[in-house]
Amino acid sequence: MGLFGKVSLASILQRIFGKKHAKIGIYGPPNVGKTTLANRILRDWTGDIMGSVSEVPHETRRAKWKKNVKVENGSSSLLMDIVDTPGVATKVDYKEFMNTWGLTKDEAKRRAKEATEGVIESIKWLEDIDGVLLVMDSTQDPFTQVNVTILGNLEARNLPVLIAANKIDMEESSPATLKSAFPQHPVIPISALTGYNSDNLYTTMVNHFSKKRKKKRR
Amino acid sequence: MAKKEKEISFNLVSRHKLDELTSSEKLQFILKEVKKGKILVLERGLTPFEQANLIENTMKEIEEDTFIGVEMEGLGEDKPSFFQKLFGHSRKPRVTLIGPANLLKTIRKDNDMIQTKIIPGRGAN
Repeated sequence: MGLFGKVSLASILQRIFGKKHAKIGIYGPPNVGKTTLANRILRDWTGDIMGSVSEVPHETRRAKWKKNVKVENGSSSLLMDIVDTPGVATKVDYKEFMNTWGLTKDEAKRRAKEATEGVIESIKWLEDIDGVLLVMDSTQDPFTQVNVTILGNLEARNLPVLIAANKIDMEESSPATLKSAFPQHPVIPISALTGYNSDNLYTTMVNHFSKKRKKKRR
Repeated sequence: MAKKEKEISFNLVSRHKLDELTSSEKLQFILKEVKKGKILVLERGLTPFEQANLIENTMKEIEEDTFIGVEMEGLGEDKPSFFQKLFGHSRKPRVTLIGPANLLKTIRKDNDMIQTKIIPGRGAN
């Protein structure tokens, strides 16, 4: 047994130079798989789930969080409070819930109202997090205003962001497009649904979110 | 007699005009104009914080049958040079297009071009 017993050099360095506990927000537009990913992470590390998922946009309309989720990467680990945020959008039309998703008028109006409140809550959470897992749909154009606004806010605050290029189980997915669109941030192709490449995501999360940074305030 | 088409206002807003306004005044001005059905092109766009505040304010203003939100697209920020950074120049947002979501639809966007369509009658109205 070495000088430090069972404690590895990596974990000692992490204690000195890096974070041990971080509040991580899962962000993104509606319907990119944020809650599916949150459920995947929780199922893998706690055996629990975060919330229900649906094809209808804005299924998550209130932020949900799970404290003290320990994600391990070999000898190092990171304790995270995972916050699953409602989808951020610049528009909410109750008629879309009726016409596309078959909701009744009352259900659609209630969902739209709650969705607008959810967007506001997501934006407010940006003030209170240490890092973001930004979920993008790798089958869609990544240059959306929501993605650009979230990334711009995180960069201005000097907060670490990790892009999860989700839905790579789908034939039309193109994680390479996301990588070339945002070369300044790590992009991990995953399928939150099947769990494909989640080990790579966890490794990157521990390494990336453990880094010590000076958080800028507005 | 042919039915007269509804007119759509398209306003270019100068950098000078925007610089005269505080962030809060700028957002009030934009949202007021967009709620009237106008499409704005801002010569200097919004900072990321202003964009987030605009989304937040938009959500508070949504009305079921008259205003479903905004469509907003901006070209990426200019990156300051090494010397500009040294003298404290911050990143400057570039041109931004903002309009009512029931009217304006983004077709495609990349770092150098924004393609949109104006579709009267789309969405809630």
